[in-house]
Amino acid sequence: MNPITPIINGMKITLKHMFMKPVTLQYPTERPQVAERFRGLHGLKVSHSKAKCVACYLCPTVCPAKCITVEAAEDSNHDKYASVYEIDMLRCIFCGYCVEACPVDALKMTGEFELANYKREDFIYSKERLLEK
Amino acid sequence: MGIEILGLPMMYYIAMVAKVLLAFVFVLLTVAYATYAERKIIGHMQVRLGPMRTGWHGLLQPIADGLKLFFKEEIIPSQASTFAFLVAPLIALIPAFITFAVIPFGGVIEVAGYKIPLQIAAYYDTTAGQVFDVNVGVLYILAMSSLGVYGIVLAGWASNSKYSLMGGLRASAQMISYELAAGLSIIAVFMLSGTLSLTKIVELQSGMGGFEWYLFKQPLAAFMFFICSLAEINRTPFDLPEAETELVSGFCTEYSSMKYAMFFMAEYANMVTVCALTVTLFLGGWNGPLTNAMPLLGPVYFVAKVYFLMFVCMWIRATLPRYRYDQLMHLGWKVFIPVALVNIVVTGIIGYFL
Repeated sequence: MNPITPIINGMKITLKHMFMKPVTLQYPTERPQVAERFRGLHGLKVSHSKAKCVACYLCPTVCPAKCITVEAAEDSNHDKYASVYEIDMLRCIFCGYCVEACPVDALKMTGEFELANYKREDFIYSKERLLEK
Repeated sequence: MGIEILGLPMMYYIAMVAKVLLAFVFVLLTVAYATYAERKIIGHMQVRLGPMRTGWHGLLQPIADGLKLFFKEEIIPSQASTFAFLVAPLIALIPAFITFAVIPFGGVIEVAGYKIPLQIAAYYDTTAGQVFDVNVGVLYILAMSSLGVYGIVLAGWASNSKYSLMGGLRASAQMISYELAAGLSIIAVFMLSGTLSLTKIVELQSGMGGFEWYLFKQPLAAFMFFICSLAEINRTPFDLPEAETELVSGFCTEYSSMKYAMFFMAEYANMVTVCALTVTLFLGGWNGPLTNAMPLLGPVYFVAKVYFLMFVCMWIRATLPRYRYDQLMHLGWKVFIPVALVNIVVTGIIGYFL
């Protein structure tokens, strides 16, 4: 086969690509547009100024990574609520099963994806940190 | 103008120093910004941005890289042979720069009544009324470009590391093979020009608004010379001596800090020289429209042509993968050398009958 044509074709392609708009995102200054159903950091939904979670234990049960810790307690209205709700982000695989399992729609996944931290302890997200702002 | 040193006017020495400084600074700056341009161009060819952070659109990147390399730790392997190890980068770098001495980068300009030819190793003789330069300029360049390989081979051997040695061996084999083909393709140019002086070769290409260029008379030789030069200076797709995928970094595996930077400078300086030489031999040198009226346009055209060829080098790098070793040898010995020989014979026959 003629060895020069493929080289010329390749050169044409690279030249054409040079005038395309680069796909690079200048990350810290330019932010990516996160998809609507992106599975990032969890968020506990709030209703009437307290978490909707009723501590039914379905999310730790369904969690394949066993990263959710829930402890139930009774509040002043004799309602069951989660006194402890922790997610270990070092174990979480962001599968979203907890959100699917929740019977009261108390859990969601946000678009937050920058989860780096300096200490291992900081990766265990407490209830306060998970409550939606 | 009264003062004369060794039979030459004072202006001669001033002009010479100025020319040397100009060419040296030009090559150094081009080398520095060729690294930037290469990253930028290849980046855009891969639909990326390339350096963007250091300075506006990354323009300070070469300075940052230089500073970083300068402050890196200097490591000399304990098993290396120290003297050869230290001297190798210099041997690679110096020929790359001194080759520029015979390349004409402009016509004759007049400063304070003294005529200066824009070529380092040249002077304008007022009594004879013409430019005298090194009349074996091309041979000088071929000699210097073959010196460069010693630096690389020595680096590979002195490092006392198998990857470096392999890189050095490959470099020598490759350079010897391709120098033959490059030399043979230049011979076709000599057969047309009848001179080895680069100034004369440029003059001969000045007519007909660019159609006297040897590129049009010797397209095959021009093409082969450029490709063989790429192979000789170890540019992609012929960068086998430093093939990262196979040899870690080839001959410069054991080098660090400024010595590593020197190899890189040598590589880019070689690229500048090779492009300048291709421009001089085949693309009419500094010739272009209106150079007779404005002699200072000469260097502008020259630089523009050199930069265009350097862009082509980067373009090739962005496109082609590295040749395999046997393909490289096949291309050199079984394709380029026979074709160059046939080209010489055909040029001779045509030259004889025309």
